[in-house]
Amino acid sequence: MAMMQFELVSPERKLASVEASEVQIPGAEGDFTAMPDHAPVITTLRPGYLTVVTASGTEEYFVTGGFAEVSGESTTVLAERAFAKADMTSELAAELVAEADAAHSAGGTDATAKLAADMAAGIAL
Amino acid sequence: MPNLSDLKNRIASVKSTRKITKAMQMVAAAKLRRAQEAAEAGRPYAERFNAVMGGLAASVGSSEGAPKLLAGTGSTQTHLLVVMTAERGLCGGFNGNIAKAAKAAAQKLLAEGKTVKILTVGKKGREAIKRDLADHFIGHVDLSEVKRIGYADASGIAQDVLSRFDAGEFDVAKIFFSRFESVISQIPTEQQIIPADFEASGEDGTVYDYEPSEEEILADLLPRGVATQIFSALLENGASEQGARMSAMDNATRNAGEMIDKLTIQYNRSRQAVITNELIEIISGAEAL
Repeated sequence: MAMMQFELVSPERKLASVEASEVQIPGAEGDFTAMPDHAPVITTLRPGYLTVVTASGTEEYFVTGGFAEVSGESTTVLAERAFAKADMTSELAAELVAEADAAHSAGGTDATAKLAADMAAGIAL
Repeated sequence: MPNLSDLKNRIASVKSTRKITKAMQMVAAAKLRRAQEAAEAGRPYAERFNAVMGGLAASVGSSEGAPKLLAGTGSTQTHLLVVMTAERGLCGGFNGNIAKAAKAAAQKLLAEGKTVKILTVGKKGREAIKRDLADHFIGHVDLSEVKRIGYADASGIAQDVLSRFDAGEFDVAKIFFSRFESVISQIPTEQQIIPADFEASGEDGTVYDYEPSEEEILADLLPRGVATQIFSALLENGASEQGARMSAMDNATRNAGEMIDKLTIQYNRSRQAVITNELIEIISGAEAL
């Protein structure tokens, strides 16, 4: 099976760098799956789960936002904050939702409202 | 000639100073390793980010509706200087060099008739430039409680800078920090963050689809770009600070060692002189009998 290089980096560290056969990405305009030889695309992300299928199994990460760069040979996800699904506890989830809500009540634009809603919806999945 | 007990005291005090500087050097070495790892871990993100932004900026930058963060406000009258230094001293010329670079830049701008505003990050730099430029201070970010610099800290500073930009408080923003070259060399660096100054990297010519549109992505990413640049500057600064402290403390330890050697020789000589004197007195006393 064709493989491509997948990288997940946050500002603080590189979370993953593996060979993947497909990556499901929560894009701002809808989820999509990147596979090897996907047309080059750059998209922003909404909060949600990122699923990576590798030869040895499936890994899931939660990302809070950022963007993804997909080219034929590689997929790079630059996430503002990212956690392995195993690290996602209900406290962390509640904290992220509370942060988004707080940002919304402080700023109060459409973008923050959408972020708060997306955050809640993304975590619920 | 100082008497023996004075010399002994001085030797003891220099010895304890040496112990302290030695300990500080070792602590700095351990912290340096961690800071360097953090700086390296942050590099892939910054590099990818800048590459993507470079590509985007090149395609959108020249168009008319380009965001202000990229194209500028059309004026360069008011400059914001973000001066990033350490919270602690005893690290050689580290804080001084950054402050000096910032001061020179501020004075140059003032001489050109521009308005200068200064935001300081880190206590030491604030103290160093307070004397000349205190009137230009508009804010201070205190990181003394922060043990390990996280993206959240950088993002907080970026929020502050961006909200001032949106309020029209300045036209151009620059950050001052120290780039980590090696333990013995840290280079004070000036970097422009607003309007964003991305090198239009010679990308491999891949034509990307953008989702949503290029403009929207750019509007979303530019504020993050500011945070990313501040974050990598903070990380570089952290490594530089520890590197500078390590070499400063290494020097101090060596100097203390040399001083101890010198004082010990002096101490031994004076002690010998006292003994010789006593002998002479005893002998001449015995002969007189």
